[in-house]
Amino acid sequence: MARRAGAPEVNAGSMADIAFLLLIFFLVTTTIETDAGLDRMLPPIEPPEDIDVVIKQKNIFQVNINKNGQLLADEELIDLKQLRTKAMAFLDNGGDGTCTYCKGKRNAESSDNPSKAIISLKNDRETKYGTYITVQNELVGAYNDLRNREAQRLFGRDFTEMEAEYLNPETPQAIKDDLKDKVKKIQDLFPQKLSEAETSSAN
Amino acid sequence: MSKFSKKKSGELPPVSTASLPDIVFMLLFFFMTVTVMKDSSLKVENVLPNANEVKKLEKKDRVIYIYVGKPTQEYQKVFGTEPKIQLNDKFANPSEVGDYILAERAKKSQELQNVLTTALKVDKNANMGLISDIKLELRKVNALKVNYTTYEGDAFRNIQ
Repeated sequence: MARRAGAPEVNAGSMADIAFLLLIFFLVTTTIETDAGLDRMLPPIEPPEDIDVVIKQKNIFQVNINKNGQLLADEELIDLKQLRTKAMAFLDNGGDGTCTYCKGKRNAESSDNPSKAIISLKNDRETKYGTYITVQNELVGAYNDLRNREAQRLFGRDFTEMEAEYLNPETPQAIKDDLKDKVKKIQDLFPQKLSEAETSSAN
Repeated sequence: MSKFSKKKSGELPPVSTASLPDIVFMLLFFFMTVTVMKDSSLKVENVLPNANEVKKLEKKDRVIYIYVGKPTQEYQKVFGTEPKIQLNDKFANPSEVGDYILAERAKKSQELQNVLTTALKVDKNANMGLISDIKLELRKVNALKVNYTTYEGDAFRNIQ
């Protein structure tokens, strides 16, 4: 009888099947997309101190959305598509002449300085979420457009791109430190002051 | 009876499949590294609105998810068709949001507890009333950083 030369070879033919099974399991149970969205900070529930802050009416840009999705901006019924230009005109106005980089009309009836300009957003309880997001998007867009303009002037690149690189965890620390100051500087030129009032109930 | 006819020498040998497992394993490892596990199945309709001024939500371990939308077909008999909140795997009232956030926050490690973001994944047909209630609850537990999760696209498609 012939002697066996070592152990017989294990049949690896089914290895592929096993691997396929695992592969399909992972394909089914996992998701690949990263989420994106609009970042917002909510106001703290209680104001830190009860001081009466006097804000001039002309420094507030009031946006109201009713339950049908109609838009009232500074007591004027406007179309959603006009909102971005309206908001930009308000922020960039520079009414009291202290803002050296503003390119607005310097209308005395509108905001004094970007650092004082506040956009106040109010919506109805029955407003559709989609409409609300569109309005939010346009307002954030207005800020981003102005910040991009200043970033282009000062650093020769877009603010949104700089911010994305700054927030990206894969960016090396040295570049991050450099970007941090630039991002901060642009943010200070046009600080995002977006206040959201409590929602009103119907009627 | 003759023996089996001898093979012709010119015939092609069969293709070797010995490297097939390696290829499949390579695919498997690729998918294991680039994907994340789904943590909860959706019980609500969740068609997110579009927006184009978006920021990417990096670092999944710092995010708490809240889903809002109309219950899907199979749950409509029990829960009706009004938009509901889904926390983890169950439906909830706005008053439960605060407790949920606190519980989720407690699960995270100490150094992450102050940098958490709440991602609101809301169906575009939901009403703002419910969202305001959630926002109020979030403010009560001091979870002020929110992200309205959206698809990337033209924002004006939301209002058609």
